[in-house]
Amino acid sequence: MGKLLEVNNLSISFTQYVQGLNRHDTKVISDLTIDVGEGEIVAVLGSSGSGKSLLAHSILGILPYNSHVTGEIKYKGNILDQELKEKIRGKEICLIPQSVNFLDPLMKVSEQAIGECKDEKERDEKKVRQREIFSKYGLDESVDDLYPFELSGGMARKVLLSTALVGNPDLLIADEPTPGLDAKSVKETIDDIRNLKEQGKGVLLITHEIDVALKTADRIAIFYSGYVIEINNVDNFKNADNVLHPYTKALINSLPRNGFNLTEGVQPLEDLPGCPYWENCPIRLDKCKDNKPELVNHDGIMIRCFNFKGDNDGA
Amino acid sequence: MSDLPWYNRGLFSSLNLRQKTLLTIALTGLLLLVIFISGMMINANLPTDFSIKMQPPSFEHIFGTDWMGRDMFIRTIKGLSLSIMIGIGASIISSIIATILAFVASINKFCDSFVSWLIDLFASIPHILLIMMISIALGKGAFGVIMAVAFSHWVNLTRVLRAEVLQINTSEYVALSKRFGKSKLWIAKEHILPLVLSQIFVGTLLVFPHAIMHESSVTFLGFGLSPHEPAIGIILSESMTYLAMGAWWLAFFPGLALLIVVLLFDIIGDNLKRLFDPSQANN
Amino acid sequence: MVKINNKKLAKFLGYKAIRLLILLIVIAAISFIMVQLSPIDPVKAYLGQRIVSQEQLAIMGEYWGTNLSLGERVFGWLSTLASGSMGFSLIYRVPVTEVIVQKFTASFTLMAVSWVISAVVGFGLGVLAGAKEGTWVDKAIKTYCYILQSTPTFWIGLVLLMVFSVYLGWFPIGLSVPIGQLSDTVTFWQWLYRLILPAITLSIVGIASLTMYTRDKLINVKRSDYFLFAQARGESFWGTIKNHGIRNILLPAITIQFMSFNELFGGTILVEQVFAYPGIGQATVAAGLRSDVPLLLGIVIVSTIFVFVGNLIADMVYEYVDPRLKGEDDE
Repeated sequence: MGKLLEVNNLSISFTQYVQGLNRHDTKVISDLTIDVGEGEIVAVLGSSGSGKSLLAHSILGILPYNSHVTGEIKYKGNILDQELKEKIRGKEICLIPQSVNFLDPLMKVSEQAIGECKDEKERDEKKVRQREIFSKYGLDESVDDLYPFELSGGMARKVLLSTALVGNPDLLIADEPTPGLDAKSVKETIDDIRNLKEQGKGVLLITHEIDVALKTADRIAIFYSGYVIEINNVDNFKNADNVLHPYTKALINSLPRNGFNLTEGVQPLEDLPGCPYWENCPIRLDKCKDNKPELVNHDGIMIRCFNFKGDNDGA
Repeated sequence: MSDLPWYNRGLFSSLNLRQKTLLTIALTGLLLLVIFISGMMINANLPTDFSIKMQPPSFEHIFGTDWMGRDMFIRTIKGLSLSIMIGIGASIISSIIATILAFVASINKFCDSFVSWLIDLFASIPHILLIMMISIALGKGAFGVIMAVAFSHWVNLTRVLRAEVLQINTSEYVALSKRFGKSKLWIAKEHILPLVLSQIFVGTLLVFPHAIMHESSVTFLGFGLSPHEPAIGIILSESMTYLAMGAWWLAFFPGLALLIVVLLFDIIGDNLKRLFDPSQANN
Repeated sequence: MVKINNKKLAKFLGYKAIRLLILLIVIAAISFIMVQLSPIDPVKAYLGQRIVSQEQLAIMGEYWGTNLSLGERVFGWLSTLASGSMGFSLIYRVPVTEVIVQKFTASFTLMAVSWVISAVVGFGLGVLAGAKEGTWVDKAIKTYCYILQSTPTFWIGLVLLMVFSVYLGWFPIGLSVPIGQLSDTVTFWQWLYRLILPAITLSIVGIASLTMYTRDKLINVKRSDYFLFAQARGESFWGTIKNHGIRNILLPAITIQFMSFNELFGGTILVEQVFAYPGIGQATVAAGLRSDVPLLLGIVIVSTIFVFVGNLIADMVYEYVDPRLKGEDDE
């Protein structure tokens, strides 16, 4: 199975000015490594507002100018630099945004799905394809002429999904596709995304809802305080004993069906010198406070914890 | 950071933004102070010397001389200090009006709609016309022009303050104070005034350039300072007579000097605003 | 495309008309009181340095109404207003309405031309600066606007006059009508020729504020989620600026431009004074300097209506062109 997307050691930080014009750097994503194969759904699971969306933005090359990015992103084995991003975004890689706010409020939705065209011929072709996809998701012709504010919640979600599919991409990035939806719509969204996988497309699902991640993804990456601390197969998440990181275990135990044992403590806002989970960790070691564990491969599970040794460490 | 204004770039690039901003404010303030003080020390009755009348700029008289042989550079500096003085008076008075009205608006719904109506009223007459009318009503001169500029420039600051006061008034700690039975005046003094003080300060400075420009405009039209005063507006309206003769320096330098003073005040105001409210610097 | 709900429009206009009426009454009253409060003696202001006999002074006092008591003056003014006229202009010796119509027509051309120039150039520069944010193009435009906003209108006029009329000799110095020619015999080209410098001066000031506004708005749009998504859909940079940037800032920019009638009128007064353009601005200055109270009050009322109409159009553009607000009609 070929890798569609590989992200290696990606870090994103921002420069901001606070009261009195003192400079302040905020690190949002640290040393993130993840990959997505063809016909595979990988979820990035982290609490809301933790900056996961910036992963999507950086893959598409739409980060704000005051951001600072290190690390590398590869698409189908090629380094994905700004030039390549601009070439393939909207065609090979598409974004399913989180809300109707991502549509131009003054433009009809069909026009936005069709996008920019070189000439009339291209426009006609795209129009046919847009109509095809819209009908596939049950959006009839009257929807074409609506403005975003006129869409109902369920309709908006379908429009956003269809808009992403008009370009017939190989890789889709779904950024929080479910918040604010009712249970039925959530189920539909999950089915729609699973369906994309059947078509052989790769999906990077960014979400803060563990349920959605569990029902949709093949693999789940746990995002904690800017770091990916574990990437594990979805089957292992059925039982807290099969996941490795103490935070992941705590997360699974906090699910309603496992008795709601909410974890205590909050995610640190500042970048600590040691393991980000050090403060709340039940199995912490002495070195965890001042040394940062690397993400290593431990029996096929990617884990960032000193308690687990990587396969290549030769120990 | 690539979006700094031109005056914050280049020469001092080794400093950080905060230092640069503070340095800009200090240097600009110093320059204005020098202009102001040297202008104040000049005697309004400049020596006339008809043997050197209407001379173009030279090393001796860098701004040239006028029809009575007076040095235009000295006249300009004197005029600028007069402008600055009127600007200070007018902007302070207009800020006081704005502050009072913003607090009046916070008393109750009726007062609020009255203040809003007043804002609409003043915004609906062309600015210059309003200044002309007030100045005429007060008999022109320095007093007339200061009051006219003050009474026509409170609108923007009142809008800002009114919104700010409204926001603070709905905050939780004000609600708490009310429950503890504190009076409205006490809340205004203890909670609201300290919070809006920086905005009043910046607002005053931002009115400044407009005040100076409008003063010179109405004086130019003949509704401000009297022709005997050495104001920039008077100098420029005088220069109209000699323009056709090619005496370009009579109008060019005094106007340019006025522009620079207005620009300097603008720079101070903008930089202070950024210092207090950094959201703009992030853009 | 624009569906107008007639009932709503009528209600809206009716509400605005009542507002305007109240506004005019208050402004007329305040202006009248202010002029009456003035310690400036109109007769003295009119005479200046001239010396006249006591008898002549008495006649002039009667002409100017200074020999009447305040009560009589208020009554006289109210009864003129009630009869539907604005009275006689003291300096032009014709009905105020006539003076205003004639002068305003001349100024209207000047204002309209410079309004259009500043709208087109200001919007264009604003889009360019906003799209090229942070580059030298943006900085050059920003510096230009920054300096212009600090420049007194009349000084710009003086400088243009010095360069193009005195030094280069391309345009006449002052006077909208060639000397020795009646104003109605002036050809269109002569008139246009004399309009150029004042119109440019007046538009320069309007450009700066519209450019800065457009630039800021465009930068806000560029930071919006929908702009990012458009880029993520693979639209080209200028395509996104055109399809989403301009689409979303055009309406606010038009609105702002209509709301600038206040500054436009103020600018006209100064520009007409510099270029000796015989319009409403010159009439205002003359009426003010020589205490022509009926004319001054008439101008205050007309200019207030002028500003009000600008704001009204701005409101209507928002209410009836934006599809988001249009949708609310149906509910």
